Amino acid sequence: MKFQQQPESRSHSYPVPVEGVTSLDFDPYASEVLRDPYPHYEMMREAGPIVWLEKYGVYAVTRYDSVRNVLTDPETYCSSAGVGLTNFHTEEPWRQPSIILEVDPPEHTKTRAVFTRILSPRALKKLTSTFEAQAELMVDRMIEKGVCDGVKDLADAFPIKVFGDAVGVPKDGREHLLPYGDMVFNAFGPANDRFKECLANLGPATEWITKACQRENLTPDGFGAELYAAADAGEISHEDAGMLVRTTLSAGLDTTIFTMGNALVNLGRNPDQWAVLRDDPKRARATIEEVLRYDSTFHSFYRTTTKETELEGVPLAREQKVLVFVASANRDPRHWVEPDRFDVLRKATGNMGFGAGIHGCAGQMIARMEGEIALRTLASKVESIELLGEPILHFNNTVRGYTSMPVRVTAKNH
Amino acid sequence: MPTITYELADGTRTDIQVDVGANVMRTAIDADIPGIVAECGGAAMCATCHVYLEKDSASAFTTISDVEEEMLECVAEDRQPESRLSCQLYVPEGIEKIIVRIPETQG
Repeated sequence: MKFQQQPESRSHSYPVPVEGVTSLDFDPYASEVLRDPYPHYEMMREAGPIVWLEKYGVYAVTRYDSVRNVLTDPETYCSSAGVGLTNFHTEEPWRQPSIILEVDPPEHTKTRAVFTRILSPRALKKLTSTFEAQAELMVDRMIEKGVCDGVKDLADAFPIKVFGDAVGVPKDGREHLLPYGDMVFNAFGPANDRFKECLANLGPATEWITKACQRENLTPDGFGAELYAAADAGEISHEDAGMLVRTTLSAGLDTTIFTMGNALVNLGRNPDQWAVLRDDPKRARATIEEVLRYDSTFHSFYRTTTKETELEGVPLAREQKVLVFVASANRDPRHWVEPDRFDVLRKATGNMGFGAGIHGCAGQMIARMEGEIALRTLASKVESIELLGEPILHFNNTVRGYTSMPVRVTAKNH
Repeated sequence: MPTITYELADGTRTDIQVDVGANVMRTAIDADIPGIVAECGGAAMCATCHVYLEKDSASAFTTISDVEEEMLECVAEDRQPESRLSCQLYVPEGIEKIIVRIPETQG
């Protein structure tokens, strides 16, 4: 790692980085980093509680406490300048900002309240039996096949079916949702080749999703319809409702798919951990929590300072982007015992895989529910998951998961 | 310094001294108090940090927001007038003793 002299600042009221802060020429979006980011996170955590990434002109936080402090202080570290590298206050975003993700209180509070109601534990209870029946079908099919693809046959298929139905989007063409989500998460990073290629290959995805989010194309009883009902009740505008259906789909599918795939990959790589879950399928929920901690789907995103402030003793100017590495916080040995060990018996609550604070993932309860039901069903019916080859990693600027995982599953003897 | 007393369903009590502004859920998690799950970590999504505030303590805190109200409808153990989500409770100035009872179950 090359440590450079502090560059002269043109647009900041402080020289950046401030003296004493380690400046790194490290690129967190480089393919070799995305392949295995954890040694790099360790390097950043040990370089200081806050570091400067010179390639992007941003500060970065990687330790548990500093990440939590930034995420739970939305008055100082806002989202309305975008949660990606682009500063919406000063640059043109690639699409219209989301009124839940890229907005601050009090506007955020109104939208968030609608989601809190639609996605509350009480509302989700009604979906449990449908989700369970679907998971059984899919796991039975995997057992029948024997040799199958853990990602395609379960991690992909289950959320596309149950979450797609829960939102109420048309059944045909749901595969378009994945490249769209991929684009959204690439866009949280820089406009690098990965972003440009993704944008160029979007094809009909944007058109499909725009149509799917229109009221007349949604089922009458899904989350989508409920968002429009909230518009009828005057809580949000009708235009907002359509946009929030889009946000629900882009935020809620790729992520859940990756989390479930990460669960299967880690259980496949750690037969002892799989055995713990298989012998006690009730641990499915705790297992998902540990997957979120150990192999987070979401790795990093940004906050932007609303005023001059101080973070870890470092003065920050207004409109300074701060890159927040939740996946690194989830491996910080200052907070976790043996953080690099995948342990389904661990109490992993408090991990920041879903973020933290007022912008903590609004869909986290349905995501947990999907993961829990899929894993519990698998653990109830399957004796062993044998990896038949190296799982295929998907490269995205911000989220991490797999597109394929060849496995052999064998049924439990009842 | 104000003190938060956490009382478990079995009557066990733990006193913790805190600063003004401390969060009642986070204080419990940091002190490993059992019975407060806080699955969502304070995002007001999960309703698993339900507590009952003792009456004298109750009036000192801010009123229940719409979002907390929504979540209180989802708690696992009976909602009572003194029910609150501990993630939404920040220790206010001017109170020395806060007593919270932790329900038997969070779901």
